[in-house]
Amino acid sequence: MSVLIVVECDGGEVKKSSLEVASYGSQVAQLLGTSATAVAVGEATEANLAKLGEQGIAKVLYDNEPRLKDFVNGAYTKLIAAAAQQEDAKVIVLANSNIGAAVGSRLSVRLQASLATNVVELPKTEGGSFTVKRGAFSGKAFADVKLDGERKIIAVKKNSIEALHEAGKTAEVVSFSAQLTDADFADAPKQVVMQDQAGGILLPEADKVVSGGRGMKGPENWNLIEDLAQALGAATACSKPVSDVDWRPHHEHVGQTGITVSPNLYIACGISGAIQHLAGVNSSKVIVVINKDPEAPFFKAADYGIVGDVFDVLPKLTQAVKELS
Amino acid sequence: MKFLVCISNVPDTTTKITFTPDNKEFNKAGVQFVINPWDEYALTRAIELKEAQGGTVTVLNVGEADTEPNIRKALAIGADDAIRVNAFPKDAFFVAQQIAAIAKDGGYDVILMGKESIDYNGFQVHGMVGELLGIPTVAPAMKLDMSGNTATLEREIEGGKEIVEVSTPFVASCQQPMCEPRIPNMRGIMTARTKPLKVVEPTGEGARTEVAAYALPPAKQGVKLIPAENAGELIKLLRNEAKVI
Ligand SMILES: Cc1cc2nc3c(=O)[nH]c(=O)nc-3n(C[C@H](O)[C@H](O)[C@H](O)COP(=O)(O)OP(=O)(O)OC[C@H]3O[C@@H](n4cnc5c(N)ncnc54)[C@H](O)[C@@H]3O)c2cc1C
Ligand SMILES: Nc1ncnc2c1ncn2[C@@H]1O[C@H](COP(=O)(O)O)[C@@H](O)[C@H]1O
Repeated sequence: MSVLIVVECDGGEVKKSSLEVASYGSQVAQLLGTSATAVAVGEATEANLAKLGEQGIAKVLYDNEPRLKDFVNGAYTKLIAAAAQQEDAKVIVLANSNIGAAVGSRLSVRLQASLATNVVELPKTEGGSFTVKRGAFSGKAFADVKLDGERKIIAVKKNSIEALHEAGKTAEVVSFSAQLTDADFADAPKQVVMQDQAGGILLPEADKVVSGGRGMKGPENWNLIEDLAQALGAATACSKPVSDVDWRPHHEHVGQTGITVSPNLYIACGISGAIQHLAGVNSSKVIVVINKDPEAPFFKAADYGIVGDVFDVLPKLTQAVKELS
Repeated sequence: MKFLVCISNVPDTTTKITFTPDNKEFNKAGVQFVINPWDEYALTRAIELKEAQGGTVTVLNVGEADTEPNIRKALAIGADDAIRVNAFPKDAFFVAQQIAAIAKDGGYDVILMGKESIDYNGFQVHGMVGELLGIPTVAPAMKLDMSGNTATLEREIEGGKEIVEVSTPFVASCQQPMCEPRIPNMRGIMTARTKPLKVVEPTGEGARTEVAAYALPPAKQGVKLIPAENAGELIKLLRNEAKVI
C-alpha cells in the first residue's frame, strides 16, 4: 500500500500547486504509516523532480514520452492508473487544476475510487473513517465528506496547504512507461496557445492578486492595476462586467461564474463586492478593498480598506511598495 | 446529430447559504433555484449547433420533482424534449451513472454539460461520464464548433488553451465565452408546456461519498480602515501586521 502523488510540470519546473500537492500527499502517507511515491506529468527535468525530496517524496516515476508534454486526458489517465497499480496506491493525490481534476474524475471510475475535489485540509482518519474538508457552494461553505471506497482520490485546492521544504532531501527519479498507444492520444491537442501573462504570474497559481472592477472606468486605466501588481509580484484579475465588455480577457474574471482564487492577499479596486464576486475570492487570507463608496458591500468582507478614489490611491500604494524594497 | 444536455438545478447565485439544524443538508426554505449558470452555455450552444446543422436537443436532469420548473425553462429556451431521472443527486458518481446509462440507451452523439455545478463545485460528472462510456471528455471547453462528426474545441488549461479535435461521440463541459446564453421568449414558454418530459427511475450502484456535515466559513473580524491621505500606511500594515508582502 502507498500514497501516489500526481505532480504537474511545465517548462521543466514543478508547478507551485504540485509542490503543495506533494506536501499534502507525503503528510497523508505519514498519517497512514506508508510511503509516498510521485508520478510526474508534463515537461520535467530530472534535477527538478529529484528536488521533490524536499516535500517528503522518496521516489518519482517519470515517463519521458514526448507526447506527454502537453495535457492529454486519455494518456494521463492511463499513465497514472498504471502507476497506481504498480505502487498499490490506496490514496491518490492531485491538484484541483483543470488537468488534475479532469484526470481525477476519469481515474475514480477506472479504479473504483471515492473522489473528492476542491479539498482544503488534510484528512481526518479517526476510527478508521476517512473524511476530507472541501469547498462547496462556490466558496460560501465547506463540506466534510466521507470517502467510503477502498481507494480514494483527493484533488487539493491551490494555496490551501503550506508546501514543506526539508532542505537537502532528494527523491529518486525512476523511469516509467505505461505502454501508451496512439488510441490513448485521441484527445491530444492540435495546438497549444499560451497567454501573455503580465510578469509571468498565472492567476490560478498566484499568492497575491490585484483586481479591478467597473470603478476603474475603462481598459486604458489598467496600467494602475498592473503597476501595483508588478511592484507586489501579483497577478491581475477583474470582475465579471469588466470581462463581459472586453476591458480584460475572460480568463481574468473571478467569481462564482469565473475562476475561484484563494491567494494570501487579494486587493479589490473599484469593485462593489456583489455576492457572486465574493464567492470567487472570499477564501483569500487577507482582503483589501479600495472603493470611494463607504457603503460598498465589499467592506464587510474585507480585512483592510481605504475609502477613496482608485485614481488617487493606487499610485500611492505602488509608490509605497517600491519604497519598501 | 443527437445532443444531450445535462442540467443541474442550483440555488440562485445571490442565495445566502444556510443548512438544516443537523448541518447535514442545504436549507432549501425560501431559496430560488435556477439552471446552473455554466449549463446555460451547454444548452444554448447545443441549440445553436442544432439550428445550424440539424438534429435534436434533449435535456437531462437527475433530481426530484421540484426541478421540473427549470427543466421546463430549458425546453422554453429551445430544447426538444427532456428526461428527469427521479432521484436525489447523492454524489457525482451517482449522477454520472444515470447520465451514462441514458446517453448509451439513447445513442446520443454529443453530451454537453457545464464546467461545474455552483453548489457542489465538483468538476467531476463530465469526466466520470466520459470514462463510463469510454469516450473522450473535453473539460472545460471555451469554444465548440462542429463539422460533420468532428468537433473542434478550445480547452482551457492554466495559463492558456489547447485546440482539441475529437469525433463523436464525446463529452464536453462548457464555459464562457462559448456563446451568449439565451433566455426564454413568450413563444418558447408556450410551446414548452407540451414538449415531452419523461420521468425515469435511477439505475446503477449507489454513491461513493457522503457528506458528514456542512459548515460556513468563519466570519471576518471587521475591516480596518486607513485614511486615503495615508494610503502608504496600508502597505506597512500588510508587511508588518498581516505579513502577506
Ligand atoms: C448569474 C450571475 C453570475 C455572476 N457571476 C459573477 C462573477 O463570477 N464574478 C463577478 O465579479 N460578478 C458576477 N456577477 C455580477 C455581479 O452581480 C456584479 O454585477 C458585479 O460583480 C459587479 O462588478 P463591479 O463591482 O466591477 O461593478 P459595480 O457593481 O458597478 O461596482 C463598481 C464599484 O466601483 C466603485 N467606484 C466607482 N468609481 C470609483 C473610483 N473612482 N474609485 C474607487 N471606487 C470607485 C463604486 O462605488 C462601485 O462600488 C454575476 C451576476 C449574475 C446574475
Ligand atoms: N443532478 C444533475 N443532473 C444533471 N446534470 C448534472 C447534475 N449534476 C451535475 N450535472 C452536470 O455535470 C456538470 C458538472 O457538475 P459537477 O461535477 O457537480 O461540478 C454540471 O455543470 C451539469 O452539467
